[in-house]
Amino acid sequence: MSLLKIENGSFAYKGGPQILNNINVEVEPGEILAVLGPNGAGKTTLLRCMMDMLHWQEGRSLLDGEDIRTMPASTLWRRMAYVPQARSAGTTFTAFQTVLLGRSSRIGAFSAPSEEDMEIADRMMKTLGIDYLADKPCHAVSGGELQMILIARAMAAEPEILVLDEPESNLDFKNQLIVLDTMSKLAESGMACIFNTHYPAHALQRADKSLMLTKGGMNIYGRTKYVISEDDIRSIFGVNAVIDDAGEVQNITPISIVK
Amino acid sequence: MRRDGRLPNYWKLILIVLPFAVALIALGIGRMSISPAEVIEVLRAKFFGGGYAGSELTEKTVMQLRLPRIILAALVGAGLSVSGTAFQSLFANPLATPDTLGVASGASFGAALGILLGFGLIGIQIMGLFMGAAAVTLTWLAGSGKDRGGLSYIVLSGIMIGSLFSALVSLIKYVADEESQLPAITYWLMGGLDRANYKTLALGAPVIIAGIIIFCLIRWRMNILPLSDDEAKASGVNIRLLRGVSVVSATAITASCVSMCGQVGWVGLIIPHMCRMLFGSNHLALVPASISLGAVFMIIVDTLARTISASEIPVSILTAIIGAPFFVVLMRRSGGWRI
Repeated sequence: MSLLKIENGSFAYKGGPQILNNINVEVEPGEILAVLGPNGAGKTTLLRCMMDMLHWQEGRSLLDGEDIRTMPASTLWRRMAYVPQARSAGTTFTAFQTVLLGRSSRIGAFSAPSEEDMEIADRMMKTLGIDYLADKPCHAVSGGELQMILIARAMAAEPEILVLDEPESNLDFKNQLIVLDTMSKLAESGMACIFNTHYPAHALQRADKSLMLTKGGMNIYGRTKYVISEDDIRSIFGVNAVIDDAGEVQNITPISIVK
Repeated sequence: MRRDGRLPNYWKLILIVLPFAVALIALGIGRMSISPAEVIEVLRAKFFGGGYAGSELTEKTVMQLRLPRIILAALVGAGLSVSGTAFQSLFANPLATPDTLGVASGASFGAALGILLGFGLIGIQIMGLFMGAAAVTLTWLAGSGKDRGGLSYIVLSGIMIGSLFSALVSLIKYVADEESQLPAITYWLMGGLDRANYKTLALGAPVIIAGIIIFCLIRWRMNILPLSDDEAKASGVNIRLLRGVSVVSATAITASCVSMCGQVGWVGLIIPHMCRMLFGSNHLALVPASISLGAVFMIIVDTLARTISASEIPVSILTAIIGAPFFVVLMRRSGGWRI
């Protein structure tokens, strides 16, 4: 039985076209799954359906064989954690207090964080190398730092699965690498990671498996090296690209737009 | 401020002592000036027995005239400011308060309707709660789009809904009986704490106190309220229940305050803002601070209202004179303002 499985997932917004059709995905501990596709193909919709923030019209998401939809929220969100895009300027909370919020599913309704919760928050910030930010308010940190804080917040729930919505978009080269390296390290330690991305190259470099979505509701899923080919990029993104996997680092260079 | 957002111990002490100290001084201020020592003597005799040696007039002034009024002021101030804090967080909007969301107008309409129908204070409170809840629901439906819109949408729709309910209040005044009901409604609408007595306190205070206790209990959880929908769901907290409890508590507090002393505006805006500036936005500190400072503010303003001139000024006039400029300043710099 796989850790996380999407069985035959399909979704359309009310009155809109079918966005997701017959999605089948399996993720094991320590694996990275990349979700790829052009703008508007439904990458974020897929993540939201998978986490039951939107409801599948058909099909279901299973966590260890159990339907996510019928799981109590506190049980689900102790095992799975979500990292939203670091879009807004954040809050007046300090980074440490923000990371502490990640403990919510494990703290009673009438309680406040315990010493143990605070130790875990500290540990997560140290692991990600952002303990120097602890007392900074979140609106005063950079985009890359905020993304790392949000990852630490998700990690504070001590999940088995991390879901990241375009974690490296809007970041500069260095911060992209910091975020991607963090993800790879977490996967090495046994965490299952699922991330959305605009960059096929990132999927190629990092992901064990990839799911490529097209605008028409089709999808290709499998081992990354089989999914991401020059042909698929041409047909799905409408771009002629060259995949260079001869050297140490695999890369994809977009050449021209398909006429 | 401590790392996890709790208040440091000296602030806790200040916030507990300050309302009592201010109340003690306020008990001595008025047409008849009484020293704090004398006030303490009266209170000691009353609550711990042992008889009071001073004049009966002093005792009556403290116990019958000033104490119920100061208790009411403290409760209304604490209640309105904690519900203002909750509304701000619920709507993730610094300008969302009982006044700007139309809750207070809705509650006023409910209460006026209760007076028109000849209900007692409990009935008036229930009507106030009901209409206050209707108003906040309407505001929410009108003002929150798919992406929660800009900050101003909620406030704009709050103004619309508020004026709708104000119109309904006018309608009630129009149909009310000129001899008996109209003066009662008009007098009550002006907002004032001068009608305070232990009887109305016994009916209205429990709701406000219950609401305050609920917010104190869930104050850490309230930190989830301003998060986006997806983030709130992903926190693993039952977000619908949390929002439901917060809306109902904040609305019930507002309705109860309105039914006891009319529409006292601005408190729910000024105090939460001051507290956010002083203590940040972590509800662990914010909730107790807004309760304490709300009570202090209201006791001071009400003491001014009853002593500043020979005849009493309705307290809502004073809060508006302080509040309106404050609101303008906030609005102008709200670009840099965060929840």
